[in-house]
Amino acid sequence: MNIEELEQIAESVRAENAKFDYEINVCMGTGCLSQHSDKLKDELVKEAEKQGKNAFIRRTGCMGLCAAGPLVLVDPEEILYQHVKASDAAAVAASLGAEPVAALQCDLREHFDQQVHVVLENSGHIDPERIDDYIAHDGYQALVKALTEMEPNDVIKQITESGLRGRGGGGYPTGLKWGTVAKAGGDLKYVICNGDEGDPGAFMDRSVLESDPQRVLEGMAIAAYAVGASKGYVYVRAEYPLAVARLTNCLRDARRRGLLGNNICNTPFNFDVEIRLGAGAFVCGEETALIASIEGKRGTPKPRPPYPAVSGLWGKPTLINNVETFANIAPIIRKGGKWFASVGTEKSKGTKVFAITGKITNTGLVEVPMGMTLRQIIEGIGGGVPDGHKFKAVQTGGPSGGCIPDEHLDLQVSYESLIQAGSMMGSGGMIVMDDTSCMVNVARFFVEFCMTESCGKCIPCRAGTAQMFTLLSRICAGTGTMDDLDLLVDLCGTIKETSLCGLGMTAPNPVLSTLRYFKNEYIDHIVHKRCPAGVCNIEAPVEVLA
Amino acid sequence: MSVAVDVKTLVIDGQNVSARAGQTILEVARENKIDIPTLCHLDGLGDVGACRLCLVEIKGTNKLLPACVATVEEGMEVETATDRLKKHRKTILELLFAERNHICSVCVANGHCELQALGQQQGLTHVRLPYRNPELTVDASHERFTLDHNRCILCTRCVRVCAEIEGAHVWDVMGRGINSSVITDLNDPWGSSSCTRCGKCVQVCPTGALFDKSKVGSDHPKYPDFLPWLNLMREAQ
Amino acid sequence: MSKLKLATVWLDGCSGCHMSFLDMDERLIELAALVDVVYSPIVDTKEFPDEVDIALVEGAVASVDDEKKIKKIRAHAKLLIAMGDCAVAGNVPSMRNPIGPEAILERAYIENADVQQQIPCVVVPKLLRVVRPIHEFVKVDVFLPGCPPSADTFHAALTALITGEPLDIPALTRFGA
Repeated sequence: MNIEELEQIAESVRAENAKFDYEINVCMGTGCLSQHSDKLKDELVKEAEKQGKNAFIRRTGCMGLCAAGPLVLVDPEEILYQHVKASDAAAVAASLGAEPVAALQCDLREHFDQQVHVVLENSGHIDPERIDDYIAHDGYQALVKALTEMEPNDVIKQITESGLRGRGGGGYPTGLKWGTVAKAGGDLKYVICNGDEGDPGAFMDRSVLESDPQRVLEGMAIAAYAVGASKGYVYVRAEYPLAVARLTNCLRDARRRGLLGNNICNTPFNFDVEIRLGAGAFVCGEETALIASIEGKRGTPKPRPPYPAVSGLWGKPTLINNVETFANIAPIIRKGGKWFASVGTEKSKGTKVFAITGKITNTGLVEVPMGMTLRQIIEGIGGGVPDGHKFKAVQTGGPSGGCIPDEHLDLQVSYESLIQAGSMMGSGGMIVMDDTSCMVNVARFFVEFCMTESCGKCIPCRAGTAQMFTLLSRICAGTGTMDDLDLLVDLCGTIKETSLCGLGMTAPNPVLSTLRYFKNEYIDHIVHKRCPAGVCNIEAPVEVLA
Repeated sequence: MSVAVDVKTLVIDGQNVSARAGQTILEVARENKIDIPTLCHLDGLGDVGACRLCLVEIKGTNKLLPACVATVEEGMEVETATDRLKKHRKTILELLFAERNHICSVCVANGHCELQALGQQQGLTHVRLPYRNPELTVDASHERFTLDHNRCILCTRCVRVCAEIEGAHVWDVMGRGINSSVITDLNDPWGSSSCTRCGKCVQVCPTGALFDKSKVGSDHPKYPDFLPWLNLMREAQ
Repeated sequence: MSKLKLATVWLDGCSGCHMSFLDMDERLIELAALVDVVYSPIVDTKEFPDEVDIALVEGAVASVDDEKKIKKIRAHAKLLIAMGDCAVAGNVPSMRNPIGPEAILERAYIENADVQQQIPCVVVPKLLRVVRPIHEFVKVDVFLPGCPPSADTFHAALTALITGEPLDIPALTRFGA
């Protein structure tokens, strides 16, 4: 495979597409599929044929606006339809070359125009199960360019220059990580893609894997070339069957096209990838636990150092990046590190994909440049809080993150600013809460999540999260005391500082951040025995045996 | 002629000490009679860094490091007993005492228990946290030994000694988080498991979770110090 | 100087702490020179006095009656000492917590009773769902763990508390001692 051959494939795909007057893209991500967009697609094919329309009906990945699904995009007019049912297929087909179906039309310019799509550039535009579609959208050009025109060091230099930071949550500079693995000795190294996305309300990685899996694979191959690895693993949750199926297809196609395997692009570079399924343990998103899981052991973390970059999978130097990080690699190599660095803030470059859920009008997936304010994301792109309720807080960073209140909505999103506000970037989940949410109960929910997901290896996380949960439950039930609150804060400090891995270290964050901004709600529960949001059921405690 | 040794010099609690490269902070501290409390660590077994009692402060970083696995570096300045560390250690012990049913007065290990001794050593006079009092079982199916989950602190010494030293790997951990527990084989009764009856797990258990049926009351001292010797003799062969 | 008023209380415990207290033997005479025992299972006072300087409490809080008592004691004692493991940590009485009070009552009054199988419901106080140490109900000033704390521990601790000298409890005693 070389650039010319890629061009040929792209050309033939374009020529094939040009035969049609219209393209109807049907979203077949998990969200829309759950509303039977597969049946819709079948109907559209039938209707187009019946009505004699020269239209190509394409299965695509996620279009982002999951709340309005199933979504259908008609090209070349770029008309977006929402809530399309199989029974609407006739009307949609009839509208080709005529007036759009007004009742289904989704006009959310504001939602889409403010976004910048890098990771999601192909999502909703290509068929995720056709490698040629990806190639027609500049796919694999970056890999061929890296292999044929660049030294491994140049690749790392570009990534360093781009300022890309780990999208899994930690924000560690990607170039630096690659450099460390590249420098590590030994002829056997591994590249692992972390697709064990487990934060409640987060589905960025799932969506990327479902919508554009080749892009992730290309990123991994480039990384393998840069660090000198020959074997890769995609660790993905078994709860993502569609992502797994598409990845499996994608691997098969890439091998057939000679983009995986031995002597890729007639160079000495060999690289192949295996899929490993996670059994749904949140802690396996932690890199050392993930490695243990791939090795077939119990998924528990290990103290670092040694870092995986030095001693990882089976003791070999291992590069672990998140799905979204790998999805950013190809465009950086294609367009240059400088281009990427021109987007975003001083220390946080590029774009970030967020999954916006909760009390928000436009539930779904968005990609915005770093530095955009939370207000723009929530009120602009997200369409604000529905049903006339008042915004109260947004939880970012999943269970490890924190709640950010109204007064900080003008915060520019970056790794640093979110930490300063007592939360974190995390993998990109954003849960919006309105005045019907009790913040003590929210903290309790996230602590319960950490408690059940703790692996149980280290004491502060195993027993500490359980104690936090007990104390928060007391407060929610109206039986807590101010001493309990002091004890809770004290406990948070120990869990944060002494836990073995990130799960435990960040488990107190939801408590600490809600205490920072919503202490009055805690006091209401403890002193006044009332829940301002009316969520907690405060009754006289039943202590006595009847 | 002497063999060249890579020597590191560092400071522990204000004391200048020297160490061989690759040694852990814990090893070096103990060689120099500086006591760092430990619970999951046992000389002769691989370290897991799980109990967090041996965390120490290193000058220049805010992160606390487990002395049992952190290796020495040239010029390192280590503090092993700051107020911050003492507070954390006490809280961790409180977490352990409140996690399961540690009723010292009626425990077979009373007076020979590492958890109990550490509690006293770290100045613990009461537990501020609510006791969880979970309902746990006792496995007395083994002919010679008993497993009492009420006293288990999940240090995994039994798991490690069985896998690393005895080579049987009868013990392992089941479940997650607060619901974790040690099991024999695939959660079979100990008595009908593939146990080799060597009894090493009982000797290394720091509490009364594993004990010998032939002993009565709390007359149950344990002797885990055979391990380093065993390893030494094996290396010599 | 007037003598300090000392009270000792027996909640859900085995009275072993009181026995150990009495094991101070001749040192009790020294102690009597410094304190007046105003309330105790071994003193015939029915009501807890309004003003007590030192209250030594043995036993965990296991019934509504215990809860009422410990709150009253706290309100009227300047210095509250949790005496022994039951008061400090729940200890043996708390061993019923995992299975609940019904199971215990059933076992004691039905299964193990040969005649008159019934769970007592008058005169005796109602049991709490879980037995808890006293510091979960009221503020405790000094914790003396041990099952029971030794006579020497009592002597050293009380002497230090009365004279105001420094007191290092972990050097004297521990859980289960």
